[in-house]
Amino acid sequence: MPKNNPAKPWRVIPGFGLTLGLTLGWLSVLVLIPLTSLFVMASGLTLDQWLAIFADSRVQAAFRLSFGGALVAALINAAAGLLVAWVLVRFDFPGRRLIDAMVDLPFALPTAVAGIALAALYAPQGWIGQLIEPLGIKVAFTPLGAIVAMVFVGLPFVVRTVQPVLEDIDSEVEEAAASLGAGRWQTFSRVILPTLAPALLTGFALAFARAVGEYGSVIFIAGNFPGLSEIVPLLIVVRLEQYDYVGATAIAAIMLVASFVLLLAINGLQRWNRDRLSRGAA
Amino acid sequence: MRRDESPLIRWLLIALALGFLGLFLVLPLAAVLAQALGKGTGAYFAALTQPDAWASIRLTLLVAAIAVPVNIGFGLAASWAIAKFDFRGKSLLISLIDLPFSVSPVISGLVFVLLFGLQGWFGETLRDHNIRVLFAVPGIVLATMFVTFPFVARELIPLMEEQGREEEEAAIVLGAGGFKTFLTVTLPNVKWGLLHGVLLCNARAMGEFGAVSVVSGHIRGLTNTMPLHVEILYNEYDFVGAFAVASLLALLALLTLVAKSALEWRLRDEIAALRQS
Repeated sequence: MPKNNPAKPWRVIPGFGLTLGLTLGWLSVLVLIPLTSLFVMASGLTLDQWLAIFADSRVQAAFRLSFGGALVAALINAAAGLLVAWVLVRFDFPGRRLIDAMVDLPFALPTAVAGIALAALYAPQGWIGQLIEPLGIKVAFTPLGAIVAMVFVGLPFVVRTVQPVLEDIDSEVEEAAASLGAGRWQTFSRVILPTLAPALLTGFALAFARAVGEYGSVIFIAGNFPGLSEIVPLLIVVRLEQYDYVGATAIAAIMLVASFVLLLAINGLQRWNRDRLSRGAA
Repeated sequence: MRRDESPLIRWLLIALALGFLGLFLVLPLAAVLAQALGKGTGAYFAALTQPDAWASIRLTLLVAAIAVPVNIGFGLAASWAIAKFDFRGKSLLISLIDLPFSVSPVISGLVFVLLFGLQGWFGETLRDHNIRVLFAVPGIVLATMFVTFPFVARELIPLMEEQGREEEEAAIVLGAGGFKTFLTVTLPNVKWGLLHGVLLCNARAMGEFGAVSVVSGHIRGLTNTMPLHVEILYNEYDFVGAFAVASLLALLALLTLVAKSALEWRLRDEIAALRQS
């Protein structure tokens, strides 16, 4: 029997109550209640406890590295991702499809595997490490290592958001710009880049959000020196291992709020992106 | 062709892009293989046949065998409710389903410690009944289900929305039951999309590290999944062992990519056909 609903009195397709009930039930049990428990625990902290956590220089350094490093990594990914998307969409060369498929590797490769592989590459005796060490550049066991790992995990996002928009750009627009006397660089910066901006920003934000919370790939290469190359997720684990549940919960709550703000921003960006795309199609 | 770059710039851009991808994608993969086989194939296979390595492989398969089917069930239910009906708060629900993707893996594990740890909400009740969730298989399964939560649902929701409701409505008007309609009409329509979501879900379930690391307790032979076993061996400077197990996970990632790409080419054709009709 179709369920009664004032907005839509009669439905042909059955199963609304069952499937929505299952969805909401499982969502609550597995996701919402556990996340709420974290905030309930965090709300039990006194003002003095919060102030002590914010005043801790180790906590401050971890937040600086997680957010600052993620920002740098996302900027690198925005530039490199735009380049890769451009090359994949605009040029034909041998192995293009294979490389296109490879871009998603960071989504499929377990973070721990990426972490030990990067650590092995950038260690002083590693393939890359022994090349850059004589130049005085140290990547492994420094904050730079954390950024390298963050670039790896965020790599697919910009490529995958920019690629479809680039494919849809009407060649006539570019030809018009060129025929009106615009140089290649002018056409790119004045015509193409503004069209790509929402997608580029979305990809940037997604890569940033991923890098902020990243754990597995970073901890092997960063060296994890407190106050220097220690990321926030690792600090949470350290606090847990010290049975400092209050400290772990408080830091996690701050991270979660930051993630939710980022999520809202990304949703807004994606809506902007979609609106521009559909307006372009119309 | 005025909209194209000169050949010189074109090859320069291609070289730059391939250089970047080579540095960040190809070299790490090659490093895994080189390190795993660094002391010869004998050492490689010896590392893989260690009892602890086997135990971690078995546990990883077990966890995925529970988490992935649950995820399929949830994904099908959620996408049916969202794509086939109109109700208020739908976009909020979609955002909530995506939520686990934006939570740091460590926090995904931490929430279960807060619930089921000794100082947690249910900690004492569980201890009184002698039920172990934390530092045991149930905790690992829960954390894995949390981080993989959105995979199948987010794949199916847009696909089912695009396909509309007419076919299901026609089947039901013609007398098919709801479940039969689902099996004979909806499921064949979304099977490739479903498989795509399952592949990604499975890769994440088998490869999850952060969340599982927090709840596992790292008990060798008992609560170590493959990624955790990799970490332990690596921290003990057993590099051949660590990279040998890692090479299996890298192989899984490559197989996932191959299957995923094949599916995407097929899906693209199907969606193109759908849009034309």
